[in-house]
Amino acid sequence: MLDPSIILNHKLVPKHEKISKKEAEELLKKYNLTKDQLPKINEDDPVVKAIKAKKGDILKITRKSLTAGEAVSYRIVY
Amino acid sequence: MQYIQKKVKSINFGILDPETIRKMSQVRVVTPDTYDEDGYPIEGGLMDLHLGVIDPGLRCKTCGQRMVSCPGHFGHIELVRPVLHVGYVKMIYTLLKTTCKSCGRLLLPPDQIDKYKKLLLESEEETDDAAIEIIEQSKKINKCPHCGAKQGNIKLIKPTTFYEEKQRLLPSDIRMRMELIPDEDLVLLGIDPKVARPEWTILTVLPVPPVTTRPSITLETGERSEDDLTHKLVDILRINQRLRDNIAAGAPQLIIEDLWDLLQYHVTTYFNNEVSGIPPARHRSGRPLKTLAQRLKGKEGRFRYNLSGKRVNFSARTVISPDPNLSINEVGVPQAIAEELTVPEYVTEWNINKLKKFIEADKYPKANYVIRPDGRRKKVTDVNREDLLKEIEPGYIIERQLMDGDIVLFNRQPSLHRLSMMTHLVKVLPGKTFRLHPAVCKPYNADFDGDEMNLHVPQTEEARAEALELMLVQKQIITPRFGAPIIVGEEDFVSGAYLMTQKGVSFSRRLAERILIKAGITKVPKPDVEGDRFSGKLLFSQALPKGLNLEYKSKICRDCEKCVKDKCPYDAYVKIRNGVLKTGVIDKVSYQGILVDTIFRKYGEEVCRDFMDKSTKMVLIAMMSRGFTIGLKDSDIPEEARKEIKAVIERAEAEVNEFIRKYREGILKRIPGKTVEQTLEDNIMAILGKARMECGEIAAKYLDVGNPAMVMSRVGARGSMLNVTQMSACVGQQAVRGGRIMRGYRNKTLPHFKEGDIGIRARGFVESSFRTGLTPVEYFFHAMGGREGLVDKGIRTAKSGYMQRRLINALQDLVLRTDGTVRDATDTVVQFVYGDDGADPMKCHGDYAVKLSDEIIYLDEREKEEEYEEAEEGEEYE
Repeated sequence: MLDPSIILNHKLVPKHEKISKKEAEELLKKYNLTKDQLPKINEDDPVVKAIKAKKGDILKITRKSLTAGEAVSYRIVY
Repeated sequence: MQYIQKKVKSINFGILDPETIRKMSQVRVVTPDTYDEDGYPIEGGLMDLHLGVIDPGLRCKTCGQRMVSCPGHFGHIELVRPVLHVGYVKMIYTLLKTTCKSCGRLLLPPDQIDKYKKLLLESEEETDDAAIEIIEQSKKINKCPHCGAKQGNIKLIKPTTFYEEKQRLLPSDIRMRMELIPDEDLVLLGIDPKVARPEWTILTVLPVPPVTTRPSITLETGERSEDDLTHKLVDILRINQRLRDNIAAGAPQLIIEDLWDLLQYHVTTYFNNEVSGIPPARHRSGRPLKTLAQRLKGKEGRFRYNLSGKRVNFSARTVISPDPNLSINEVGVPQAIAEELTVPEYVTEWNINKLKKFIEADKYPKANYVIRPDGRRKKVTDVNREDLLKEIEPGYIIERQLMDGDIVLFNRQPSLHRLSMMTHLVKVLPGKTFRLHPAVCKPYNADFDGDEMNLHVPQTEEARAEALELMLVQKQIITPRFGAPIIVGEEDFVSGAYLMTQKGVSFSRRLAERILIKAGITKVPKPDVEGDRFSGKLLFSQALPKGLNLEYKSKICRDCEKCVKDKCPYDAYVKIRNGVLKTGVIDKVSYQGILVDTIFRKYGEEVCRDFMDKSTKMVLIAMMSRGFTIGLKDSDIPEEARKEIKAVIERAEAEVNEFIRKYREGILKRIPGKTVEQTLEDNIMAILGKARMECGEIAAKYLDVGNPAMVMSRVGARGSMLNVTQMSACVGQQAVRGGRIMRGYRNKTLPHFKEGDIGIRARGFVESSFRTGLTPVEYFFHAMGGREGLVDKGIRTAKSGYMQRRLINALQDLVLRTDGTVRDATDTVVQFVYGDDGADPMKCHGDYAVKLSDEIIYLDEREKEEEYEEAEEGEEYE
């Protein structure tokens, strides 16, 4: 089988990265959020598999944006 | 007040079983009569006192409460013979076809059943898909794999009669079969046997809804008129009784079945009186009865009319009309409406004397109601006025009539954006219509051809504060959509401003003072034209804020190769120094763009509103004193112009004919990617389009500079060059579906053309102008084009309206929080930064984004904004 991480090279797949526990805590504190208020990403999502993220991990997603050039968003794996 | 807080976790729908129906019933209804001779409810009848009370003075026999407080209780009717429930006929039909007639098992081999059972256990979802598959498969089997019984072919004669191989299946037979189906097989068919055993779809007992759901109306004559549901229940009870008597008397099966069918008919129409295949049950007067389904269904049903469409108090609706004498913030409210609508005022030590005056008064600004601290509401009348005056003390609320300066919300449907509902300040006026300043028509998309608008009076201090701080008209001058002015002077304001600020226009002192006082300006500037006269520019400047500096090109700018700026021979270069209009005319670009925009941003909403209020009033007086009108003769052009136009069209026709000749001879060169026919059409359209343009130019050349139509189109008040061309020179090619008119007869558009004629006249070119008048043929083509435009517009609004509805439903509870995140109803983040860049489109200017969240950034940007404007000076403004 092909290495699932090749999809990360596709130009339509934005940059996903796992963030550390500390960063995650800071994020939740900054926006006064509980984990279930974060946008979700499916455990079966190809990108999640490719970067080997586990349930409960928070991903930082950096997308290209028409309005801001680059936009950062976060999703929790569930 | 104590609240019990509970969260609804799930809702489960099921079918009422006979036992439950009997259990929740308070009384068994047996008599089809309602009231006795004395007008007292008959026991065991449909108005039995156990079912609740609707007569004042009586007590409910179930709960002991009186008319309003008793919620009503259910009763039941024991049906002598079972009947089908129309709503479940489809389900019964599938069950009959998918299960065995003798053993009741699902018509699938055991191994298949096991397979599906496993599948269902594994996946929580997709049970519906599986059920459909199971139904489809088992329908095909006609020999029971479990007991070997041969299955008959089931037929349904709509709506409620079943046959098995030409043999009638009576509801009682069907019920027996339903009882046979085991629970575990039902699960496979997508039915939860705990709440929906299939035999419950065949009614043996019928619940009787409480009398409170079907109240009778007492007419003026003292006659009682029963609700449609009661009528229907009476029918059911009568037939039920007759059926019972006949069975008891041992009547022949045929008669019993007839009565049974009749009972089925009544029960069916009781649930739904619009079932296809049977005539609807009718009232004595011939009107179809409104039974259960009809109460819920459709536009006037419970859901759309009562639940989604709640009505409000403290509101008014009437026709709107324009009044430029108002401020843009104001709304003119008719006296009669002001007297009906009220504002609650809380009585305090400090305002008690003022409020007492309202109670004392017996005409216009008076109090309509007094609310005691215990919430009791008293109408102020001549009788109790004195008592109320003595009684009133802090803690009371008086409801006084609407007065000048009150805060109200004003709204016009369709409410497509937030500017469709804005806060206005009341101005009570004589007459019967709401009056509004014409400049606020644009955000409401209102005109005065009969439009009606709604007005709401906020009833609490919080609501008023919110309305005033967020929704006031002057705060909406800039649209949040793209940050350009939307509350702007249009049409006459634009032409008026132009006529007033033209080079060389001056006013006598008398007129100047009239203009200024109309705007509320009492300081008269020094006359700047010889002979104690005032230039229009000077007068207009009185509305501009002090210290305003601006330079830009106006709409009438001719885009000369080299711009001489303030020495512009056409006076098209606007230069404002310290709030004084030095050169240039005010036209659309000023009034609907840069001028209003700059004032709003630099000086704020208050100053901008002031400018709008003052300038619009001045401009109108100026224009009225001069006079501005349009008539037939304004579209007249001299004979030589007409000749020139004719020549242009003849030349174009010759060109077209040349192309047609080439096409006929087959030597026309195709444009790549198009057929020869398309090439020809494209060329003809281009030639004719160009011809009309030239005609327009000729007309413009011969029309006076002061020609009203030309003025209006030049300054952007109303109409375009195209409209002027069509009026004076040539209407041009009419189009249907984007091309020349092709439809009609075979190879010709109208009977008096030759077949195959593709010349300009035969395909919808209108050579005449509206002034000269169209020939019948031209008129017909013009109507064709016009009709298409009309139809397109209708379809477009319908389509975009539906799209808008869907979008709003999807986005309605998204909220922008103070931390810059966008959240949904469950507080889940949708966007971490609003729009990715956190920019407020309303505050954005040109291509310059302004952060909405961060005030500090905003102030910084303000400084930068000025630099930006400096840099922009002299550039063209769109």
